[in-house]
Amino acid sequence: MVAESRSHFTINLTLDNRKIMSTGVAITGMGIISAIGNNVAENYSALLKKRTGISHISKIDTVHKGSIMVGEIEFTNGELEAILGLGPNNNYSRTALLGAIAAKEAIADAKITNIKAYRTGLISSTSVGGMDMTEKFYYDYLESGDNRRYIEGHHAGDSTEKIAEQLGLDQSLVTTISTACSSAANAIMFGARLIKSGKLDRVIVGGADCLSKFTINGFNTLMILSNTYNTPFDENRKGLNLGEAAAYLVLESEFLVKKEDKKVLGYVVGYGNANDAYHQTASSENGDGATLAMEKALAVAGLVPKDIDYINAHGTATGNNDLSEGRAIIRVFGEEVPEFSSTKAYTGHTLAAAGAIEAVYAVLALQNNIIYPNLNFKTPMKEFALVPETSLKEKVLNTVLSNSLGFGGNCSTLIFSK
Amino acid sequence: MEKVYINSIGSISAQKTFDNNDFLEEITPYEDTVISAIEPNYKDFIPPAAARRMAKGIKMGVVASKIALEEAHLTDIDAIITGTGMGCVRDSEKFVTAILDNNEQFLTPTSFIQSTHNTVAGQIALGIGCKGYNFTYVHSSISFESALMDALMQLECREAENILVGGVDESGEHTNAIHKLIKHIKPEKVHSNKLLHSNTVGAVFGEGANFFVLSNNKQEFSYAQVLDVKTYNTLAKPELMAVLKAFLKENELSEADIDVLISGNNGDIDYDDYYLDLTNGPFKNTQQVYYKHLSGEFNTASAFGFWLGAKILKTQHTPSAITLNTFRANKIESILLYNQYRGKNHSFTLLRRC
Repeated sequence: MVAESRSHFTINLTLDNRKIMSTGVAITGMGIISAIGNNVAENYSALLKKRTGISHISKIDTVHKGSIMVGEIEFTNGELEAILGLGPNNNYSRTALLGAIAAKEAIADAKITNIKAYRTGLISSTSVGGMDMTEKFYYDYLESGDNRRYIEGHHAGDSTEKIAEQLGLDQSLVTTISTACSSAANAIMFGARLIKSGKLDRVIVGGADCLSKFTINGFNTLMILSNTYNTPFDENRKGLNLGEAAAYLVLESEFLVKKEDKKVLGYVVGYGNANDAYHQTASSENGDGATLAMEKALAVAGLVPKDIDYINAHGTATGNNDLSEGRAIIRVFGEEVPEFSSTKAYTGHTLAAAGAIEAVYAVLALQNNIIYPNLNFKTPMKEFALVPETSLKEKVLNTVLSNSLGFGGNCSTLIFSK
Repeated sequence: MEKVYINSIGSISAQKTFDNNDFLEEITPYEDTVISAIEPNYKDFIPPAAARRMAKGIKMGVVASKIALEEAHLTDIDAIITGTGMGCVRDSEKFVTAILDNNEQFLTPTSFIQSTHNTVAGQIALGIGCKGYNFTYVHSSISFESALMDALMQLECREAENILVGGVDESGEHTNAIHKLIKHIKPEKVHSNKLLHSNTVGAVFGEGANFFVLSNNKQEFSYAQVLDVKTYNTLAKPELMAVLKAFLKENELSEADIDVLISGNNGDIDYDDYYLDLTNGPFKNTQQVYYKHLSGEFNTASAFGFWLGAKILKTQHTPSAITLNTFRANKIESILLYNQYRGKNHSFTLLRRC
C-alpha cells in the first residue's frame, strides 16, 4: 500500500513537469532589508564588498548584549515607523515593520501601481511574529493598559495582515507559513504553485523575522550559537549567528508578464519540500530530507544536477547542518558538485526570512553572473572534500539552487533560472 | 481535475469526539469564559514516556491524526499539512516566563523547541516516519483553511494521493488572561445554550485538534467530497453577499443549492452580524447549524465545523444540540461553511455528499 502510493507519487511528479515547464513563474520585483543593507542595492553592494553585518548585540535589551554576535539592522523601531509614516499608537512588532518595508520595495520594483488590478495575494512567513513586544510587555499587560494594543500583534499572522494593509491588499488570499528556518522558501513555493494553478495572477511572497530575547535565548539553550563570526562548512565551525531580516519577491503569471510587458528578473522553475523525519531539531546524518527536497526540486524543474550552476547553501555553520547538508549535496550531485557557498556569514541566520533573503541573492547572482564568497572559511571538513567558493567569482549562471533546512525536519529547495 | 474526498476524521474537542462511532450523542455543557478539550486516554495512543514530554497541542494533534490515519487504513501518507493560530502557546508562555523571571539564566530548550509552530506537523512526521511534504500555516482563523487549500491543490492535480490535513490549537493561561483584559474573551461566564444570546462582546475561548485524511481515491467509507475553499483577509460587510454569490457561482451553485449552512457564530455582539446577514438573509429558509458553543472559539475552531460537515453528510443526521433554526433538509447534499474572526480572515468552504 505504502510502496504503491510512493511510486504513484514519483510518476505524478514527472507527469506534472511538462505542465510546469510551459508556465514558468516570473519574478518581477524584489525587496529586502537585512544586517547588510536596507534595500536590494545596498545588500548587493555589501555582498560584493564582502562586508559582514555580524557584530555583538548592541540594540536588543538582553543580558547577552556585547557577548553574543548577531546580524542586527541599524534602524530603530522609531525610525522604521517614521519611514512607514505610522502614528504613535500603532501596534507594529519589529517583524511587521521590517516586513512592510521590504514588501513595499518589492512592489515598487515590480512597478505595481494598482494592486487591485489583478487577483493578487500575499504569502508571508515568520517564526517569531510579534514575540518582541510580547516579551517586553508580558507582565506589564496585566498591570497597565498602556501597551495592550500590542496583544493583538502577537500571533504569527499579524505581521502579514499589516503588510497586506500597507500594500492596500484587501478581500484577497493572504496567509502565513511557519516552518522554522524553511518558512520563506515554503512561502515562495506555495506562491509559485498558486500562480501555476491559476488561482492568482500575481503574489507577493517572502518572510520576516526580527531578533528577540526569545529566539536568542532559545538558540543559546540549544548550544548552537557561535561565540564568534560564523564559518559555514569549516572544519572548526562553532555554530550560527542569528540575524534579523525581511525579504519579498513579486511573482507573476506568464499571461500577466506578457500583457503588461513586464521586466522579468528571473524565474522560479523548481521547488521541493520534504521532511527529514529524524529529530525535532537536528538534521539526519545523511541529510535524507535535504536530498529529497533537492531531488524533487530538480524533477519539478525538469533539470538534472549538472544543469545547476551555483548552490546557495543553507550553511548555517552549525556542526550538524553543514555535515548533513554537505552529505545531501554529495548524494545529489556526486562528483560534480557545482560552486557553492553560504551567505549566512554576511547576514546571520535570519530564520523564517532566510529563504527569501537567499532567493533575492540568487536572483542577483543570476542577473550579474556572480557567485558570492563563503566568508570566514579556512579548513575543509574532514568528513568530505567539499570546499565552498571563498572568493567573489564571475561565472555565467543560468540556474541557481537554494536550500532552506530547519527545525521539525522541514527541508525545502528552490531553483531559480534566468 | 481530480475530485477530493474526506476519507477519515479524528477530533479532540471540548466535546467527547475522539470516538468516531459517536456523533455528539452526549453533550458536555459549559458555563465559563474558557473551556478545555476533553482528552482521550493518551496512553491508548502514545507510549507514556513520550506523552509526558509532549505539549498538550502535540498530544492532541498526534492522537487526532492517529485516529484519522487508522480510520483511513493508512500507515503512511504523502503529505502532512497543519494549521495552527498560536502553536504550542503554553510552551511559548513557559519560555518567556523563564526568560523574564530568571533574567535569561538557567534556561532549558524543551519549551523553546515545542513553541515553534511547526512542531506538531514535525512530530506527526517523526511518529510515522513520513518524509513527504510538510507544511504549517499560521494565519489566525484561516490557518486550517490555508492548509485545506494547499491539500486541495495537490490532490486535484494528482501531485499526491493521500494528505493528512488538520487544525490544532491549545489554550494558554497567560494568553487567556490578557485576551480577557482586551475583551476578546467574554467578561462574564455564559452557558453553552445561551452563547448566541449573551449580548456581550468577546468569545468563549476553547481548544482542540481536528484532523482529516483527504484523498483523490473515493472509498466506501468516505465522508464527503470537498468542493472548494476560499479565504479573504478582509471583507467589508456590504460586500459579503456579492463575494459569497461569486464563490458559489465559481462552483456552479447558488444559495438555493445549499442544504445546510454551518455558521461560525461565537456570540460576540460586535462581529456576529456578519453571520446574521447570512442566517437572516439568503439562508433564512435553509437548515442552519452552529458549533462554537460546543467547541469554544480558537484559531482553528473552523476545523471542528469541517468535522461537523463531514459527519452530517455521511450520517445524514443533525444532532439537536447544533441546530440554529427549525428547518430540516430531507436530504443533505451540499453544505456551506462560513467563518470569520473579529471581522477578519473570512472563509467559505463547500462540501458535497459522496
